[in-house]
Amino acid sequence: MSTTPTETPVETRSTIGQSVPRVEDRRLLQGQGEFVDDVWMHRTGHAHFVRSPHGHARIVSIDARRALSLDGVYTVLTGDEAKEMCQAPFFQIAPPPAGKLEEWPLAVEKVRYHGDAVAVVLAETRELARDAAELVDVEYEPLPAVVDTVKAADPDAPVLHEVVGSNIAWQGTYDWGDIDFALQNADHVVEIDRLHFHRFSSTPLECNGAVVHWDPGTNIVRISSNNQMPMFASMVIGPTIGVASNRLSFSSQDIGGAFGIKIGSYPQIAALALLSRKAGRPAKWTEYRTDHMLSAGQGNERTFLDTKVAVQSDGTILGFKTRAFDDAGAYLHYEPLGAVIWTQVSPGCYRMKHVHVEYTETLTNKCPTIPNRGYSRLQHLWLTERIIDIVAHELGFDPVELRKKNYVQPEDYPYETPNGCVYDSGDLPRSLDIALEMIDVEKWRATQRELGHGSGKRIGIGIGSTLDSGTNNFGQARLVNPELPFSGNGEACYAKLDLYGEVNVNLGTTPQGQGHETTAAQVVADILSMPPDQVHVTAGFNQQQNTYVAFSGTYASQFAVTGLGAAKGAAEKLRAEIIELAAYALQADAQDIELGDGMCSVRGDAERAIPFIGIANMIYSNNAVLTPEMRERLSLNCRYVYTPPFQVPDPESKRGNLTLTYASQIHAAVVEIDEETGEVEILDYAAIDDCGKRIHPQIVEGQVHGATVLGIGAALYEAFEYDESGQLQQASFYDYHAITALDTPDIRVGDIESPSPFTPNGAKGMGEGGGAPLHAICSAIQDALSREDAIVSDSHNPWERVWRLVHSGETGEPRGVRVTSGGKGDGA
Amino acid sequence: MVDEGTVQAIEFTLNGEKVRATVESRQLLVHFIRDTLGLKGTHVGCDTGSCGACSLIYDGKLIKSCMMLAPQADGAEIETIEGLARDGELTPVQQAFHEEHGLQCGYCTPGVVMAATFLLRRTLNPSEEEIRRSVRGNICRCTGYINIIRSIEAAAGATRAGGEEAA
Repeated sequence: MSTTPTETPVETRSTIGQSVPRVEDRRLLQGQGEFVDDVWMHRTGHAHFVRSPHGHARIVSIDARRALSLDGVYTVLTGDEAKEMCQAPFFQIAPPPAGKLEEWPLAVEKVRYHGDAVAVVLAETRELARDAAELVDVEYEPLPAVVDTVKAADPDAPVLHEVVGSNIAWQGTYDWGDIDFALQNADHVVEIDRLHFHRFSSTPLECNGAVVHWDPGTNIVRISSNNQMPMFASMVIGPTIGVASNRLSFSSQDIGGAFGIKIGSYPQIAALALLSRKAGRPAKWTEYRTDHMLSAGQGNERTFLDTKVAVQSDGTILGFKTRAFDDAGAYLHYEPLGAVIWTQVSPGCYRMKHVHVEYTETLTNKCPTIPNRGYSRLQHLWLTERIIDIVAHELGFDPVELRKKNYVQPEDYPYETPNGCVYDSGDLPRSLDIALEMIDVEKWRATQRELGHGSGKRIGIGIGSTLDSGTNNFGQARLVNPELPFSGNGEACYAKLDLYGEVNVNLGTTPQGQGHETTAAQVVADILSMPPDQVHVTAGFNQQQNTYVAFSGTYASQFAVTGLGAAKGAAEKLRAEIIELAAYALQADAQDIELGDGMCSVRGDAERAIPFIGIANMIYSNNAVLTPEMRERLSLNCRYVYTPPFQVPDPESKRGNLTLTYASQIHAAVVEIDEETGEVEILDYAAIDDCGKRIHPQIVEGQVHGATVLGIGAALYEAFEYDESGQLQQASFYDYHAITALDTPDIRVGDIESPSPFTPNGAKGMGEGGGAPLHAICSAIQDALSREDAIVSDSHNPWERVWRLVHSGETGEPRGVRVTSGGKGDGA
Repeated sequence: MVDEGTVQAIEFTLNGEKVRATVESRQLLVHFIRDTLGLKGTHVGCDTGSCGACSLIYDGKLIKSCMMLAPQADGAEIETIEGLARDGELTPVQQAFHEEHGLQCGYCTPGVVMAATFLLRRTLNPSEEEIRRSVRGNICRCTGYINIIRSIEAAAGATRAGGEEAA
């Protein structure tokens, strides 16, 4: 007999916090993933949308005869026909008058942006469908377009939706604290004329797609797609196409990136359902990249006018007021939720007590916006970060010290913001110290000083401080429309012991690379005391098979809380049933049963044991051994819905706890600017992410990398711009420079771990990342500019714009900022 | 539907096996491989040869298969992602991507892995600059390229240590 000590009891082995091998990798590395374009059905036709070349035009006529004359073209569906087949336009979140806006699966009467779909063709091959779409003759009567959100709010602007009466999608004032009092009594008031946060998109590498089959046999509409929020899509399209949700069947396996953009494919999916119904065939649609750039959805563009900041002489920032104009594009897809979602982070990372925002969201002749990584918060956080840097620049404060002075301090948590949101935990000053240490800030400050005038180069050091608010309270929808019956949040999980004692898990989520199969297995395995590779988590989502709630999907930095919270709850229920059955079989007390590696045994008596297969046998194929009461109650099929502890926020005061967790990001960037060309090169970069307890550190780090590099891309290279007539200037990866491996700097990643006191596992949702690189790079460029230069007022800084900034002192370009001192601010 | 004149008979080698097929002259090579031959690992991410998701190895050279027509496969030797792992055993490049978390959603991954394999067949001592250049034609929107670069460095190291070929 061996005398070596026995191993640690298997029950205590946990992989939480360990980077176990990702389950998803093997199939993806061998080309065995199943993405939407890999799905085929019998008699499938290929769909191609006919899109508007105009930004704004009346549809005079559509003639599909030439297209239909081609052999192999099955059918063409136009906007009027689609409307005829529908029961109602898409549901609108906005209250009237914008809520009266009518959007149908295809454009009716008018096109409102470059890329608006007027018809869809179904044909035997991809190529033929594309050719036939070219042959659909559409006569347009062009109309004046409006592409600027501030101009769109003007009463004289061309109106996109006549029924609304103006281009105002939503308008309201958020007023917390007493900003007028603060401005009147502050030592200094800093006034910033205009700040502009630009349009861009995370442009997932896999475009949108769907195979939709309106099955005449069962009357079920089968939708294989890569939509990332299928329950939202179901709730929007079901009433429009007249199909009850129990006859809609969304499914997806692998999704090639989404970042929020793939919430927005529902209008096309609705059109495909009608097309399939008309043709009596499945309709397969794989978006081309150009279609994606034109119409898949772009991130929110926001302009801040007349910002006034109240600052004390010691650097305390009391608060600010601003007029925000958000550009929703031509239709409201998920908007105007963006008009409230930024309030999750109203004072940014700072202890500002007075926040006043007059918020206007407008409709413009541009692609509809859709939530893009950091949705609505990153625009606002960019404002708060610009405020800090501009105040520092104008009043001569050190931007590091100014941040530290105004940050929410570690002892302040849980910290309630002026509008009643609760920041759960964190340590911002320490995160900043770590970031500055990682880039060796002292060395760069010395280099900056040494680099004399006339060297042609400038060094700038910048900081981005952001919050990635996760697990949001859908009750915030009531702040934009009190009539909406939404509140709370949640996710569902199903855990079962299968016929031979195997563990199976499914969830309502639609992962796109976040490793849900891996981390859900870790959580369930931990509770059932078994290795995670023996827990099978269903890949992807299937509406007819998986469990779900209306909030299900993968979006808004919440899986680590909602998804894993649900997995934990379902596994705990399953564990309780297993233990009860084991105790019954072994004639032992339930409290003496321990689990390990698929066995249940009596503590201290290893001979008395039953494997999971024996437990499963009692339920599935040997139930006469159980009491009638046990047969009725136990099933080894356990569903759990995790729900965060939210209340309904108050639409009057616009106060309430809108989000459960706040992961924080502190980024530090060192840039070098070439004065002759305006080129910005990143010399060093550090990213600190505090997202509480890490279930799988490698996946967390991967998310930090991804969010950081997409943010750098947006700051320097990526922008969607429209000309005055509404033509998109960047409709392919030639014009839209998606950041590459050659543009990416080395990134130092550091972490600190402030567990959330509010979540089942101490984790915080993460992954969106708050857009910290946009802020850090703008901050670094600002740092490289002199007091005579204009301020950094745009979130996108390509070479030309930086060149203008660097030379603005010589060219006499307005600086865009003023300071009033002496407690006589005229802010009110 | 299809004119007689637009169809062409071709013969080529795909992942070591002879393939004979009749193809439409205008069909893209990537659509022929995916839709006709059913190898779904080669992906499409753009219409313009920009993103590299459709990268494969053609007569020993790395090419983007959305920029070639199916008839151009005639007589060629083509390797796709499906041809790398044999009997389920990952190549050093695939293994390194797994260990270094060089993939998230996995959509760009086949193209990136083919580009990395192509690089390591030419050199097992690539500099970081050479590694970055080797995947400059591959767009990845998830990883920020950082773990892709680490994966390729690790694959080169593992291959050197093992005295093997990259794939």
